[in-house]
Amino acid sequence: MKSAVIVFPGSNCDRDVAVSLEQTTGRPPVMHWHADPALPEDLDLVVVPGGFSYGDYLRCGAMAAHAAAMTGVRKAAERGVAVLGICNGFQVLCETGLLPGALMRNRDLRFLCKDVHLRVETTDTLFTGHYAPGQVIRIPIAHHDGNYVADLATQCALEDEDRVVFRYCDPAGKVTEDANPNGSLDNIAGILSEERTVLGLMPHPERLADPRLGGTDGRPLFASLLEALS
Amino acid sequence: MTTITPNIIAEHGLTAEEYQRVLDILGRAPNLTELGIFSVMWSEHCSYKSSKKWLKTLPTSAPWVIQGPGENAGVIDIGDDLTAVFKMESHNHPSFIEPYQGAATGVGGILRDVFTMGARPVANLNALRFGAPDHPKTRHLISGVVAGIGGYGNCVGVPTVGGEVNFHPDYNGNILVNAMTVGIAPADRIFYSKASGVGNPVVYVGSKTGRDGIHGATMASAEFNADSEEKRPTVQVGDPFTEKLLIEACLELMATDVIVAIQDMGAAGLTSSSFEMASKGGLGVELTLDRVPMREEGMTPYELMLSESQERMLMVLEPGKEPVAEAIFRKWGLDFAVIGHLTDTGRMVLTWNGETVADLPIDPLAEAAPEYDRPWEPTPPAPVVDAADVPEVPWTEALPALMGSPDLASRRWIWEQYDHMVMGDTVQRPGGDAAVVRIHGSERGLAMTTDCTPRYVRADPVMGGRQAVAEAWRNLTAAGARPLAVTDNMNFGNPEKPLIMGQFVGACQGLAEACRALDFPVVSGNVSLYNETEGRAIPPTPTIGGVGVIDDLDRMATVTFKAPGEAIVVIGERPDTRESGWLGQSLYLRELCGREEGAPPPVDLEHERHVGDVVRGLIQAGRVSACHDVSDGGLLVAVAEMALAGDMGAALTLAAPSAAALFGEDQGRYVVTVPAEGVTGLLAELGTLARHIGDTGGTGPDAAITLGGAEVALSDLRAAHEGWLPGVMGA
Repeated sequence: MKSAVIVFPGSNCDRDVAVSLEQTTGRPPVMHWHADPALPEDLDLVVVPGGFSYGDYLRCGAMAAHAAAMTGVRKAAERGVAVLGICNGFQVLCETGLLPGALMRNRDLRFLCKDVHLRVETTDTLFTGHYAPGQVIRIPIAHHDGNYVADLATQCALEDEDRVVFRYCDPAGKVTEDANPNGSLDNIAGILSEERTVLGLMPHPERLADPRLGGTDGRPLFASLLEALS
Repeated sequence: MTTITPNIIAEHGLTAEEYQRVLDILGRAPNLTELGIFSVMWSEHCSYKSSKKWLKTLPTSAPWVIQGPGENAGVIDIGDDLTAVFKMESHNHPSFIEPYQGAATGVGGILRDVFTMGARPVANLNALRFGAPDHPKTRHLISGVVAGIGGYGNCVGVPTVGGEVNFHPDYNGNILVNAMTVGIAPADRIFYSKASGVGNPVVYVGSKTGRDGIHGATMASAEFNADSEEKRPTVQVGDPFTEKLLIEACLELMATDVIVAIQDMGAAGLTSSSFEMASKGGLGVELTLDRVPMREEGMTPYELMLSESQERMLMVLEPGKEPVAEAIFRKWGLDFAVIGHLTDTGRMVLTWNGETVADLPIDPLAEAAPEYDRPWEPTPPAPVVDAADVPEVPWTEALPALMGSPDLASRRWIWEQYDHMVMGDTVQRPGGDAAVVRIHGSERGLAMTTDCTPRYVRADPVMGGRQAVAEAWRNLTAAGARPLAVTDNMNFGNPEKPLIMGQFVGACQGLAEACRALDFPVVSGNVSLYNETEGRAIPPTPTIGGVGVIDDLDRMATVTFKAPGEAIVVIGERPDTRESGWLGQSLYLRELCGREEGAPPPVDLEHERHVGDVVRGLIQAGRVSACHDVSDGGLLVAVAEMALAGDMGAALTLAAPSAAALFGEDQGRYVVTVPAEGVTGLLAELGTLARHIGDTGGTGPDAAITLGGAEVALSDLRAAHEGWLPGVMGA
């Protein structure tokens, strides 16, 4: 599997996800600089990492959506290359229109860094084949703007087309208001594009993919990609 | 040209005597720019004029110390050809005036001190002191400071992994924001600030210079009064995005061989950085100020030299290597300008529009910086509190009250606002004794902590100074680390008052004694004086930031109870204090009896060292399953914290559970858990040093701590512990 990680000025989880990719696939990703519109050839996966692209002094991801590299990402996505956006990457993908909806400021208006529980809503994806349907996993979030919103038509399409991949839930798997850390619509933590090849999620699977860090629930996501794309 | 009047001299914080010294050095009257330069270079903040004499008494060397105080940060050898580079610095005054930006730029400044030396920052910590929780400003200050620390650290992508918070009414008018950064650098790639090479280019990189922060260093060297709010324009504004770019650009440049010397522009900005670099190299420097990248039009040389705009660095490059450096900085979208060169004149010459606007001798200015031997008086000894005179509150009431008291309640509301996991190496998150960050790509770790118990220091500065160091050492030990060195952040009141100066002198003595006894030298630090409002001083607060190494992360300890049926053992008690613990200055005395009084618990450094070495040995041998030091709140609080962390109860079998025995704050103690098969051997081996006080057990909704036929449910303890701070903050 050949992957690339986009590096914007202000990306700060680029190395973290590169470590996870290398640990899972045995092959380090290409670190692709934001100013270069031409992505490497023969890519199987593009990762838009977490961080604060361009400082995110405007709406999160708004500047990065106009970076030269995103032209390449959009073209790759059109060709069917898998795209994974984590945290800031999810925000960027929404800003570029590769994913529907938007991420607003957290309900409590504070940055929040903690482990949350997610229910795997579908395993019919390139990204979640190694999870069980309905499986509850523990993954950290770290964001100020993770409150997912979408209009009614989008909300219905996401539901009808089985495109909600992860929902915030309690440890027992119940999707409750208390388990929703940021006020997201229907506890949505991650969604797919219509073609099911683009995934955006606010939680950071790369942060719990190593037993030394206290958990490995993020690892199957990378393992799923490896199997689906190799 | 402005005439220098006595009024202008006073506004620059110089005494008549100090101004006379300026005249003697120059042989003429200074112009305004020159006066401004003298003013910041001789401010307390930059010159350490009140504290230097006593700081020199601290032990600063050990075989593993590569760089002690005097550089941007301390450097220690951590093995495998790597070094840890760290320092703590205060940003107290700005954080009180404008909490978000004050705290944010405090983080930015200390990060720069560390990556200036060639280290990639790997962790931030912060030690915070706020006023009374019910004081009308406290909530605003907490939310602003926490958001500012998070806003900066989260954006630059360095995890904020630990720290401490205290509340006391005597911080109402002067909060403390002490920020610490730890970085890792290859041992053969440390960068220093000593300039060399006459003719070498002096280069400015980073953000443009604006009018922010002019006279910040002078502000930090005076007491607060009712007008201080008007000083808001002197608080700098942080730009963590630019800092992140600056980190990446500097580290990229440092991988090449073009930097001769590098220094960040912190307090007193361009003045202090250029002066220090030239002074350390015994050289002169000529700067063409027109070339300084400026944020706005119409700036004057005076403003350019005194601005404290953030995210700027000054470098001396190898001749002819400017294009290499420029390409890297341009790639990262940062300003780059050659603004001058080194000379052999020993003078700082500044030009502006082709005219010389300042011409100052460097060494005389640096060497003639005032150094005071201020009069001091020792703190009168406080009487020892007799436990027999202290009311007995049943432990079932006292424990929940303490666990939900301001100084012991959970800080989760704070650290959940900090990204404490970015960089993917945080192996012990906030909430334990020490934070642990894996050394990237290895199975070794750096443990770090910040500690000080200001109420002890106020009651007895010498003992309190010892205790701050001992507690930091103990916290590292409790994680299984080898404690290596400390950074100190000395926060005190007005040193012109003999009793305050006496607190400083006493604390230095205590620090020095403990650092010596524990082989735990001071490698960097910072002094913040004049923390007084309307004549009332803060409790003396010498914050200690400690760093240690864990050689095998498989042999790291955490505070969490691991399994039911394990023995809970306290190690380090002195047999004579088992049944009558030390209640003077304890939280039990303050929170339950309303008395903040007495002598603090004594710290026996020989005992401390012995017990710590024993405990570390047990952890490294894999013989204990959890470890926690006993500090604020005493033995029962330590057990309760371990129980909450593991969500598992404890059945205690203490014979005479008096308040003094349960809540006394005797020093040099640890609580460990031992798997059943190892208990007998361990107890036999340690003799009177160890005591089996109960066993772990009970999970789920019925989990409780039981003792003497009574019990307190963990759920009640958790509600008290976790509920307090969100309650105060209204969230």
